[in-house]
Amino acid sequence: MIEGYGNLVIEHFKNPKNMGEIKNPDAVGELGNPTCGDIMKVFLKVEKNKLGEDIIKDIKFQTMGCVAAIATSSMTTELVKGKTLKEAKKITNMDVARSLGKLPPIKMHCSNMAADALHQAIDNYEAKNK
Amino acid sequence: MVRLQRMYWMCGDKKMKKIYLDNAATTQVDKRVVKTMVPYFTEKYGNASSQHLIGQEAKRAMEEARSIIARSINASYDEIFFTSGGTEANNFVLKGLFFENKKTDKNHIITTKIEHDCVLNSCKWLETQGVRVTYLDVDEKGFVDPNEVKKAITPKTFVVSIIHGNNEIGTIQDIEAIGKICKEKNVYFHTDACQSFTKTKLNVKKQNLDFVTLNAHKIHGPKGVGALYIKKNTKITPLLHGGGHEKNLRSGTENIPGIIGFAKSVKIASMFDVMRMNKLRDKLIIGILRIPGTKLNGATGNQRLCNNINICFGNIEGEAIGGYLDTYGISSSTGSACSSNTLEISHVLKAIKCTDLEANTSIRLSISKFTTEKEINYTLAVMAKVVEKLRKISPIKI
Ligand SMILES: Cc1ncc(COP(=O)(O)O)c(C=O)c1O
Ligand code: FES
Repeated sequence: MIEGYGNLVIEHFKNPKNMGEIKNPDAVGELGNPTCGDIMKVFLKVEKNKLGEDIIKDIKFQTMGCVAAIATSSMTTELVKGKTLKEAKKITNMDVARSLGKLPPIKMHCSNMAADALHQAIDNYEAKNK
Repeated sequence: MVRLQRMYWMCGDKKMKKIYLDNAATTQVDKRVVKTMVPYFTEKYGNASSQHLIGQEAKRAMEEARSIIARSINASYDEIFFTSGGTEANNFVLKGLFFENKKTDKNHIITTKIEHDCVLNSCKWLETQGVRVTYLDVDEKGFVDPNEVKKAITPKTFVVSIIHGNNEIGTIQDIEAIGKICKEKNVYFHTDACQSFTKTKLNVKKQNLDFVTLNAHKIHGPKGVGALYIKKNTKITPLLHGGGHEKNLRSGTENIPGIIGFAKSVKIASMFDVMRMNKLRDKLIIGILRIPGTKLNGATGNQRLCNNINICFGNIEGEAIGGYLDTYGISSSTGSACSSNTLEISHVLKAIKCTDLEANTSIRLSISKFTTEKEINYTLAVMAKVVEKLRKISPIKI
């Protein structure tokens, strides 16, 4: 079942980081995967740093998805936690996939969800705080 | 819980115990089967077509094997034709009858939406050759309505092909009722019995069967060997031409060790094993259904294969469940799009009206005569943990 995935994917799948819900989040992003029907929800807590920039203080994912989807959600939170929103917006699907290493080709669509959901949450935050 | 944790620790260990719950895919070959096969590789390796002693020795053994298999379905030995497995036997019956009927005006096949891919894809290919195929619906439990079969038969129908025990959801069709209709209407009736063979009653006379597909590797025999039962005096065109083996219907030097192993696996199959499996199956089903929000796919009791469990969890992905089970040493399988190579959900779950979400959140566990009660207990404990963990991170609440 988990053959074909790289070790890092399996590690993130077995022990996913930052999974769950944030009470009173500053923004939420939700996304369905059109290819397989799986769903992801991301919660953000945003704060200003000393320079007055918005940073991701906390991030959590809820994922109804496959091994790859759970691993990419986990990896994405690791990549952007503590980053400014500006930096987080630059994270692409490819960045996430690349940092996870080996994903079976047919699973690439799963790794697209996490970054897309994150960007959506950031957009929602910015729209709210304009 | 402590016990479970200890087991989890063992999982990191290379010697982690493996619990194989994918017996619908294939089974462990029984040691007694292997033992009977070995001499046919090393000592009695003759070609059954040779006239010398060593060839005739192989032939005798093969004919004895043929009789054993024939008897197990109440057929006669000259009605059993060995093939390379279930896929070939299913291709043989559908395409062989198509070629046989090419000169007539018969061009219609009736089958179901829950067949194994080797039947469905044969039918799809036959459609490109001008055959009309009716794919019958099934109900929520996976049953074909015999009346629908009756209604679908036309004067142009040359075969009704319906799977006996379903490989995904375990539903066993009432082939006796369907056989009766086919006999009345004078249409050939074929059933794919790869999953049901030795697990439920198969009697070609009582069930009015003209063709039956069997194979060995689902019943603790070797892979790559199977058989097609062809009722006496039935005309079918061979797909493989050559040296005229199997009474000219299937050329190619016979896989004697495989055939010997096949017959042995049939011989040692026992109803006691089936009864034991039924109990373990129900224990596993009842145990998992205690988890809220779960639902059984397929039929229950005697209308379900004794080794099949298929459960829908509603809000957690089948592949993720299987992935965690794998880390605990438990092999399972899913009907979820996410674990297939095509990203399509199982056609069988779709046919029993599962939504995409339901199909994607379903897994299949299939036991065997080697499965122990201890393994079932362990699986239930692991399952509860895995489901709890995945549900915690699921955005869909149950
Ligand atoms: C119902 C059914 N039919 C046919 C087959 C194909 O048989 P084989 O693997 O021997 O080609 C299988 C198993 O894979 C099966 O479950
Ligand atoms: S997220 Fe659905 S298949 Fe990976």
